[in-house]
Formats: sequence, C-alpha cells, structure tokens
Amino acid sequence: MSETPILQIENLGHSYGRYLVIRDISLAVAPGELTALIGPNGAGKTTFYNAVSGHFRPTRGRVHFNGRDITGVPAHKLVPMGLLRSFQITNIFPNLTVMENILVPLVLHHRKGFAFLPSLRRKKKLYREAEEVLDKVGILSSAYRLANELPYGDKRLVEMAIVLARNPKLVMLDEPTAGMNPEETERMIHLIKELATRFGTTFFLTEHDMKVVFSVASMIYVLHQGVLLAQGDKEAIRANTAVREAYLGGSARD
Amino acid sequence: MADTKRMQTVAGIILVFILFLTGPFILPVYWTMILTEILIMGLLAMSFNLLFGYTGLLSFGQAGFFGVGAYATALFLSKGGNSLFVSLVAALGAGAVAALVIGFLCVRRDEIYFAMITLGFGMMLYTVAHNWLSLTGGSDGLPLLNVPALNLLGREFSLFDPNVMYLFVLTVTALCIFFLWRVVRSPFGLMLTAIRENKQRLAFVGAGVQHLRLAAFVIAGALAGMAGGLFCLFNAMATPDILHWGFSSRPVLMTVLGGSGIFFGPLFGAAIFFGLEQLITSMTENWMIFLGIILVPVVIFFPHGILGTLMDWMRTRTKRAP
Amino acid sequence: MESFLINLLNGLSWGMLLFLISLGLTTVFGVLGILNFAHGSFFMLGAYLCMQIMHIMPSFWSGILVGPLVVALLGVLIERVLLRKVYGRDISFQLLLTFAILLVLDDAVRIIWGPGYHVVEPPAILSGVFTLGTRTYPVYRLFLVIAGPLVGLALWLFFQFSRWGRIIRAAAMDREMAEGVGIRVPMLFTVVFALGTWLAAFGGALAAPHQSLAPSMGERIIIESFIVVVCGGMGSFPGAFAGALILGLFESFGTVFLGSAQMAVPYILLAAVLLVRPYGFFGREV
Repeated sequence: MSETPILQIENLGHSYGRYLVIRDISLAVAPGELTALIGPNGAGKTTFYNAVSGHFRPTRGRVHFNGRDITGVPAHKLVPMGLLRSFQITNIFPNLTVMENILVPLVLHHRKGFAFLPSLRRKKKLYREAEEVLDKVGILSSAYRLANELPYGDKRLVEMAIVLARNPKLVMLDEPTAGMNPEETERMIHLIKELATRFGTTFFLTEHDMKVVFSVASMIYVLHQGVLLAQGDKEAIRANTAVREAYLGGSARD
Repeated sequence: MADTKRMQTVAGIILVFILFLTGPFILPVYWTMILTEILIMGLLAMSFNLLFGYTGLLSFGQAGFFGVGAYATALFLSKGGNSLFVSLVAALGAGAVAALVIGFLCVRRDEIYFAMITLGFGMMLYTVAHNWLSLTGGSDGLPLLNVPALNLLGREFSLFDPNVMYLFVLTVTALCIFFLWRVVRSPFGLMLTAIRENKQRLAFVGAGVQHLRLAAFVIAGALAGMAGGLFCLFNAMATPDILHWGFSSRPVLMTVLGGSGIFFGPLFGAAIFFGLEQLITSMTENWMIFLGIILVPVVIFFPHGILGTLMDWMRTRTKRAP
Repeated sequence: MESFLINLLNGLSWGMLLFLISLGLTTVFGVLGILNFAHGSFFMLGAYLCMQIMHIMPSFWSGILVGPLVVALLGVLIERVLLRKVYGRDISFQLLLTFAILLVLDDAVRIIWGPGYHVVEPPAILSGVFTLGTRTYPVYRLFLVIAGPLVGLALWLFFQFSRWGRIIRAAAMDREMAEGVGIRVPMLFTVVFALGTWLAAFGGALAAPHQSLAPSMGERIIIESFIVVVCGGMGSFPGAFAGALILGLFESFGTVFLGSAQMAVPYILLAAVLLVRPYGFFGREV
C-alpha cells in the first residue's frame, strides 16, 4: 500500500441517541484495489456505508476522499468529485428506456442539465458514450427497451451503468448481489472484476455473502458488532481465528 | 425506422396546423371564437403539463400565473402602452417573475404538499387581484379600452375582428408550443422526466433537483402568463376570477381528459372540455356538476386520459394485427 | 386590554374551527393516504344540512347532531363507491377524484339552496352577547372557543385509549402489518373516511351560527386548513393543533396591525414555514 489511498477513514463512529452503532473504524481504500467490508446483518455495515457516502453526518471521525475532507458532505456534492454509490434496492428510472437511464447521468456529467433548447437527439457524442457504458456492462442489446421491462439482474446492471456513466473515481456498492439468483450473481461478480481490471474502476463494497467477497475482493475488512475485527487479503481473513469464531462460527470450509 | 416515424409525426402536426389555419374561413364566427379559446386554454394546459406530465408535479395554482399575465397585459395597455408585442412580453415576463418568487417556496416540497402549496399561493394571487382595488379594479376587473391593431406588412388589422384575433392567437400559441416541444426534447427535458421517475436516484447522480424543478416552474409560469396575456386581449379585459382555483382546475381537467403522457394531450383535452361545455350549457346552467360527474369515470377508468387510452388501444390493435 | 382579549377570543374561535377541519383532513390522509379536496365541501354541507334540519326539527341541537351524521353517511357511500377504486393509484388521480366530488357537491349546494346567503340562529342559551369591560362579545364565539378543545380532547382520548382509536393509529403507521394482524382494513378505511367527513360537517354545523352560509364558505376553510397541515405536518395531531391555533391567532391579530392586508397573513405564515422549516413544525425530511 505505497500509493496514497483514494478513500481514507479515521476513527469513524456513529450513534443513534445513546446507542453506538459503529465505533472507531479506520480503513483505507487504495486506487484500483477491490476492497470489501463484510459483516453479518446488524454489524453496522449500512450505517457505515451511509455515513461515508454522505447520507448523514457521522457523530465521530473523519472521511477523506482523494485528499479532501468530505465528512458529512451530502451525497449529491460527492458525485462531481467522483464518489458514487449504488443502492441495495434497484434504483433506476423505471419508465425511461435503458438508453435514457444512462443519458441522465451523462447529461449531468457534461453539465448540460439546464440546456433547454438544444435537441437531445442531436447530441450524438452523448449517445456514443452511453453505448460504450452499456457495452461495458453488457446490456447494449436492450438499449431501447423500457428499464422496467428488464429482468431483475439486468436492472441491477442498468443501475451499475448509471453509476459508471459519471466516470467515478470510486464506486461504493451496497450488497451488489442481494436478491440475485446464482447465475445473475455470477454475472455481477464477473462484471465487477472485469471493470476493476480492464477499466481500473475502484470499488468499495459492503456484502454479507462470504462467497462473493472472497471471489472479488483483494482487501477485506471484517465488521462485527460495530467494530473492525480483522483486515487483510482473503487468506489472512480465512486464517484469522477471531473472524472464524465471531463470524464464520468455525464452519467456513468453502 | 425511427426516422420515418419522426417524419410521420412532423407531417401529422403540419397537417393539423393547416387544418387550424383554415378554421376561420370555413367556420361560423361563433366557432372561430370557441377555437380561439381552445387554443389559449390549451396553451395554459400544456404549460401545466410540463410540470404534471413531465416533471410529476401537480400544480393547482397555474391560474395564478395565467392571471398575472392577463393583468400585466391589461395594465400595460391601460397605462398608455400601445405595442401588442410589448404587452405580451409583459405577460410572459410577469408570469415568469411571479413563478420564480412563488416557485422558490413551492419546489421545496413535492407530491400532495406541492399541490396544496401551489393552490395556496395561487389563491393568494387571486386575493391580491380581488382586493387591490386601486391597481386591479377589484372584482370588476380591468377593461381594455384600446387593443392595438396588428401591424403587418404596412397594413393594419384590428384584433376586434374575430378572424384576425384567431390567426394571431394561433400564431403565438404555435410558437409557444414549438418552444415547449424543444424543451421536452432537450437534455433539460430528460432531467425533468428523470425527476418524475426517481428524484432520489437523480440526486444521487449529482443533480440539483430543486433547481431543476424551479426552472421548470418558471418556464411553465412564463407560458401560462403568455396564455393569460392572450386571454386578456381576447376578452378585452382581465378579471380576478381567472386567478381563482376553480380556474386552476381547468388546465388540470383538460390534461386529465386528454392524457398527461402525450405532448398534445392537454390541447386535445381543451377541445373536449369546450365541446362538453357547449353541449351541456345548451341544456342546463349547472355545468360544473356535470363536469364533476363526467370526471369521475374518466379518472377511474381512463388513467391515461381519453386521447391516451385511444392511442394505447390503437397500439395494441396494430400489435395484434398480422 | 379589552381589544386584546377580543382578538384573542376571535383568534381562538377561528383557530378551533380550523383545528377540527384540519384534524379530519390529516386523519384521512394518515390512514387512507388520500388528500381530500372535497373536505371543505363537507364542511359546507354540514352547515347547510344543519340549517335544513332546523327547519324540520326546530332546534339547533338536532341540526348539529343529525346534519353531520347525514354527511358521514354520504362519506361512507363515497368511500365505498368511488375512493375504493383508486387506492394505490397515482396520488394525482386520487386528488382529481376528490376534486370531482368537490365540483359535484358545490354545485349541488348551489342548486338546492341557491347562490344567496343564509343565516342560522344560535340556540337561545348561546345567543346574545356578554359585556367585556366597555365592549360586548357574542356568547356563541365563546362557546366555540370552549367546544373546539373539548372535541379535540375527546378525539385525542379516542385515538389514545379506545380500541378503534388504537387500530386506526396502527393502520396509519403500517397498513400491511395491520392487515397481517387481522384488522379488516377495507372496513377501517370506511370508518375513518366517515369520521373525517363527520368532523368536517360537525365543524360546519358549529360554524353555521357564527358565519353566514354561502356556497363559497368551504373555500376559505379548505385553503387555510391546507396551510395548517403543511405547517403542522400531515398526519400529526399536535401539528394540526399548533398550526390551527397559530394561524387563527395570527389572522385575528393581523387585523389590528395590518388592516385590510391581513388577508395575506395565511400566505405569509406558509411562506415563512417553507423557508425556515420546509417539513413543518414537527416534520422531518424523509
């Protein structure tokens, strides 16, 4: 980890009233490295995720992104800096075509949101860029279908494409394979890996599915009851006795 | 294939426009005047639909901006102004400014709150028009004593001639509708539909949703003001009742009748609305009660409006056809 | 001092009426998820029916008892036949349906009772005036000031402690869960809508001796109760109370400081709340 981390979190803590959900979490995400945060349900993953991605201001600690302090900065201001998030539930524009779904972030990326006179159709460059993004995630063939009509797994891909279209420096994924069947999960894992290796997109994902994490992430943090229990690559995590006891229940033989 | 479809649409629109152009030459004067009113109210309804159908915001105060436009025209002409062009620019500008100020407050909320707030502020404008006697003439309204003549190629045409008025209104509304057409097909138009579809997602890809909403509100307010200016010229007066929420409901009803999902739906709805009004008022004075009775099944059974349901029906038919 | 007291009483009596109306609006919205545009029309209908029944059974008390019940029955009919068709549909369609009901009711009132003004006499025991120092004040308004909070208190007790009240609150919070624990939700919706219309009509009957009856009387009350619920937060009991009281008092004291410009008071309040606390006094961003 000689490179400066793109995301650096120092002593992050958050409490609801007197109830401390997460405490004293410090971690770093290196550019290009697939980093994952795992933990069972209720470990505080979502709280952590929301505190980092600008959903609310954490009660303690600091978040640095690309060298800037972004603690408590609301999500929509993080987007132009290059930090994007996806959602556990499918979060797309249902009654627009897949192409339009991707054009929305592209229009914003090119700061054309208030351009009310030029024709969108004539913006061939935007369409080309949208096609590229759709090609990256592999749903170019559905470009002119309504997003709503796609199967569930494809909708998640549309969402991924929306995020990628803003050309992010860091993508935060919240349980990217939640609710997917094995085949769709396989496709998503493959996609994440490919995006990371071929296009250099940096991902930070939270996940409770151990298999997914072990097959994509090169750096893993384990969250348990609001505190970091362990960190390291997958061999180190597999070998860690504390993790085995607390999280795997000693039965992780996969 | 997409191009031929586009050509068809454009050809269709040109055909309809030509039909509208021939109106005064074949229709009796009475119907020419009804047609004029349909165009004006259709423009108001289309301005409303930019908010409702495209952005997903139900504005119940659109008559407020319509009225502000009408009073702007009336005030300009009664205080000695004698340019037709400037009087309409005044209507457009007044509608935009009023929408900017009021919209700044309204766009902070959406859904039912937006409906309640726009209704409230619309009624505020009504209260002003109704009670500020020295400026607006109170409930009597402001009559236009002179309507400047239309100066075209060195000849003067009086707007008191219903046919001239009709062609003048047709030209102005066509220009405004063309402008709207450009707006909904622009990148900004895509942002508006994205707000309607999923404003949270839009915010999370970095859009300022409230600013976009405000921009849509101002454009809609400006066009409503323009329609109000035309209405003032058409009636040769501005009265407070055109700011009342009862009047605000008209563009809403027209849009629902025609279909909010279709660009020309509200204009079509305006035509249905006036057709019904003619039919019913020829039989009874209580036309609002019948309007309500008609509206109930339309809302329950035609969720896409009459034109919209018709188009859905045609689409499924052509799909089924071999 | 005297004029202060009089303004205070005026503000309280109008505020209490607003409270009753807003309460019905906010309860129906909380449970059914429907914003009822026709709520002001039920208010008006309550007043007119109270007057009509007083022609048959010449007592104000029979009017205020029977009139609102008739309106509540109409509410049952409207919920069963019309509203039921649009649950789960887009909010704007629900709004438009209640707007259509408003058009029908308002015109029906105009057809039946004519466009002119009507007056309802307060019952003998509440008529007349009492002296307040050198000024006089109508007894009936004082009655309103007392009756409003009493009805409010009764409703609060109902919601807080009765079985039905608790069921309604549970359903307002989580409809699916209510269904899961065996509450007959369709029945509940009918009851709540009937309760809402009854409240509006009861408010109208209460207001009848206090203001003259005209087909536009529902208009001011619905707009101001919209402002109350935006300020107080939709679905909030204390919000409706605080909002109604503040608006009532602002308006009555507004006449002192602003003269004829006091008509702008509700809108100034609305604008101020939207600027400072856009989600209402007790509301939070969702």
